Amino acid sequence: MTEAARFSPLDRPNSYVGRSVSRPNAAGLVRGRGRFVDDLTLPRMLHVAFVRSPHAHARITAIDTAEAAKMPGVVRVATIDDIRDYCSPWVGVLDHLKGIKSAPQPPLADGKVFSQGQPVVAIVAASRAQAEDAAELVDVSYEPLEPVTDPVAALEPDATVIHPELGDNLCFQRGIDAGEVDRAFAEAAHVVETTMRFNRHTGVTLEPRSILCDFDPSERALTLYMSVQCPHMSKNLFAKHLGLDENRVRVVCGDVGGSFGIKIHTYPDEMTAAALSVMLERPVKFVADRLESFVTDIHARDHDVSARMALDAEGRVSAIEMDDLTGIGSYSVYPRTSGIEANQVLNLTGGPYAHKNYRARARVVFQNKNDMCQYRGVGHPIAVAVGEHLMDKAARMTGLDAAEIRRRNFIPEDAYPYTAPSGAIYERQSHHACLEKLLEACDYKGLRRDQSAQRESGVYRGIGLASLVEITNPSPAFYGVGGARIASQDGCTLRLDPTGGVTLATGVTEQGQGTETIVAQVAATVIGIDVNDIRVITGDTDAVPYGGGTWASRGAGIGGEAAFQAGKALRWNILGVAATILQERAEALDIRDGCIVNAKDGMERMPLSELGRIVYFRGDTLPKDLAPELVVTRHYTQNQYPFCFTNAAHACHLEVDPATGLIRLLNYWVVEDCGTVINPKLVAEQTRGGVVQGLGAALFEECLYSGEGQLMNGSLAEYLLPMAGEMPDIFVDHVTTPTATSELGAKGVGEAGTAGAPAAVMNALNDALQPFGVEMTDMPFTPEKVLRALGRIGGGGED
Amino acid sequence: MSRRAITLRVNGEEVTALVEPRLNLADFLRQEAELTGTHVGCEHGVCGACTVKVDGRAVRGCLMLAVQCEGAEIETVEGLAASAQGSELCEAFVEQNALQCGFCTPGMLITAAELLDDNPAPTREEVRDHLSGNYCRCTGYQAIVDAVMDVAAKREMS
Ligand code: FES
Ligand code: FES
Repeated sequence: MTEAARFSPLDRPNSYVGRSVSRPNAAGLVRGRGRFVDDLTLPRMLHVAFVRSPHAHARITAIDTAEAAKMPGVVRVATIDDIRDYCSPWVGVLDHLKGIKSAPQPPLADGKVFSQGQPVVAIVAASRAQAEDAAELVDVSYEPLEPVTDPVAALEPDATVIHPELGDNLCFQRGIDAGEVDRAFAEAAHVVETTMRFNRHTGVTLEPRSILCDFDPSERALTLYMSVQCPHMSKNLFAKHLGLDENRVRVVCGDVGGSFGIKIHTYPDEMTAAALSVMLERPVKFVADRLESFVTDIHARDHDVSARMALDAEGRVSAIEMDDLTGIGSYSVYPRTSGIEANQVLNLTGGPYAHKNYRARARVVFQNKNDMCQYRGVGHPIAVAVGEHLMDKAARMTGLDAAEIRRRNFIPEDAYPYTAPSGAIYERQSHHACLEKLLEACDYKGLRRDQSAQRESGVYRGIGLASLVEITNPSPAFYGVGGARIASQDGCTLRLDPTGGVTLATGVTEQGQGTETIVAQVAATVIGIDVNDIRVITGDTDAVPYGGGTWASRGAGIGGEAAFQAGKALRWNILGVAATILQERAEALDIRDGCIVNAKDGMERMPLSELGRIVYFRGDTLPKDLAPELVVTRHYTQNQYPFCFTNAAHACHLEVDPATGLIRLLNYWVVEDCGTVINPKLVAEQTRGGVVQGLGAALFEECLYSGEGQLMNGSLAEYLLPMAGEMPDIFVDHVTTPTATSELGAKGVGEAGTAGAPAAVMNALNDALQPFGVEMTDMPFTPEKVLRALGRIGGGGED
Repeated sequence: MSRRAITLRVNGEEVTALVEPRLNLADFLRQEAELTGTHVGCEHGVCGACTVKVDGRAVRGCLMLAVQCEGAEIETVEGLAASAQGSELCEAFVEQNALQCGFCTPGMLITAAELLDDNPAPTREEVRDHLSGNYCRCTGYQAIVDAVMDVAAKREMS
């Protein structure tokens, strides 16, 4: 069904679904009027700085804070013994990840440190500078313990066990064995194999993690101004571990300077800041500096994968087998756990393709490094890169073109809903349509011709394709069933104001992706008012319906549907009141451009401002038995499938200079299918930003650790990120397959770009390197590694 | 640490304050002048979030001390947005969705304004090059380039 058909009953002056409405909240941000946590100052506010562990693994033998406590401006120096009674430890496990284990994580180190950067002592002072001055005088004595950093070594029987009470260093493992894998490999016409390395990298939100905690002892009420993605989850967790009544904890999330999964986890320093506010009964602010961000913001990926694929003589995949080993640092992160990423890798590898036989194993391992957890794309970049690399290898082995082998293997159009051997269920996907549109957009044949011609003159260009599935609109199967109080439902409240405008409060949150705009577009469309007459409230747990916030690309699909249903309800309530006032049947009336009109001929009957005036101020003129209700709330949970999967096809075009190893990105194309497109510009921009994040992971970004567990590049000068000069323009187009799980039909789009880019760039690179007979599968693909692979510098090639 | 008195002009207004010698310009603007549009992303001169104009040139606010700005004329994003040229750029940013979270935006705007002052008709590559010292995690940069090109085109027409 096309969007036009789907929305045709609403295709009136206020039909905003499918239009590139610009974001009202952008106007303040460009004028320097954002409200980020660090912009807030409260009376008697204090600042906290931390003394952090320089060791990856050590026993603390003594802490001397006497000198620090005497420093100017210092109000309190706290160790775990001071805050133990204010904050209980937490454990990052979920019931549905069978066998997952982790140790209790304290807010400040309790006797031992398990990673560099773990907070040991907190100093509270009148200014951050004073707190940092005092921090330098804290003397912590350590007895270093053996750091366990390599995940393979961590699993050896004689390895040092990081948390002895857990028995070993294995946090979680899971296996899948579906169909007849051994037989499929034995009977295969072709088998391709690979080993791949996925670098550890991190989010680098430009605004660091920030929290301002304000405890009011008179009511034992805590207000947390936070840069966070999921205010209600934070409210629950802070209340629980600080021993406060959850109803008296309020989270206020103003502008958020980027999150991408970084700002969705429980961090010891933030918990400590809140505990100190409770202890001192004063506002306490903590804003991570860049070094703190690098060593303590959750890291991402860090996977070693070996995988193989069996194919028949026609190039049809008959089986996939893979093994994934991932290092997650010293704790499974609370409350989402560090097991979900590997779980996703298993669920999604080979996702777009029909094959019955699948065996996979994931092992998630503790190590003395910073913690790894869910970051934009969660597991997808690994799953997509593994599957797509094998597909390209298979194409080369069988002599098929990269596009043709995908066509042959996509899940057949008539097979939906389709259950993959991993157990993932796909409602309906559009892999064929996306790929064909992509090939046309990038002029695939032209690119191939250009490639051959350029090779003649010693220019090495490559074209990489990647097809993918992406999880969005999660049901409670994601976290709720595992016992975490992370809502998969979300709500929207709409209030018709006396002016005829509408105030909309939603549980989904805004980090710049445009949530506030799209929920307003949906509500305005359904009600029949100008989108500018809607004011949106997000992020304040005292003001918005209970909801999960932003994760798993759920804002548009879940928050959008809640806005849709609330809009319908408010519209009906308004028409009911209007019908009484106008002595008309409600069915004969409509709302257009903020006016009650005749449904038939569009004749204006009464503006909403007049209806508002009568209801709010002249109730005496209405019939006694009419109870006008101009505030409505509707909630939505997607529970027909565990997830609504989106799909996309990416193409990357690049050039490798064999003399320098430099990779130049020439072009990038994406055709994606997120169902109903609410705002094409915002979908495209989410896609572009996501792609660039994926390109960064594949080409530049890596948290480099020494064997002793020391991060060696914890600054923006040393950790390379994608900048404007190196990035290509990115073409984005859509195929539209609305999900039938909701009336709106929207699926998510926030992560698919990041999911596909590493695979596409890797495939393009290996395509470019074909004449040299080498392949690279060790991200990031730095110039140095390219030169090594080409044998131009020493140190051994790859693969 | 003994504080020092400084007087400077910020967005056309005179500001006098007693500051610690170690206070950098970005923190001065945020904490003393209470102009929180200037952001701090790295504090060591790499991310560009703190970019402001000092006597007409774009500089890193985190790399300059407030006491070095005695007598200087500072323009922050708040001042830029209030000017005719600046508001044109702001509108183009909104129009093109050249910002998502908006944290890099003040620095991007100041940097882009400087580019257009120096080179009113840049190519896309020149825009990308000039913005290469400003990190943005959200947008992927394309929309920012589009917005700057739009303003250049508009100015050329008028
Ligand atoms: S804060 Fe000044 S350049 Fe990053
Ligand atoms: S818009 Fe978020 S960093 Fe640029």
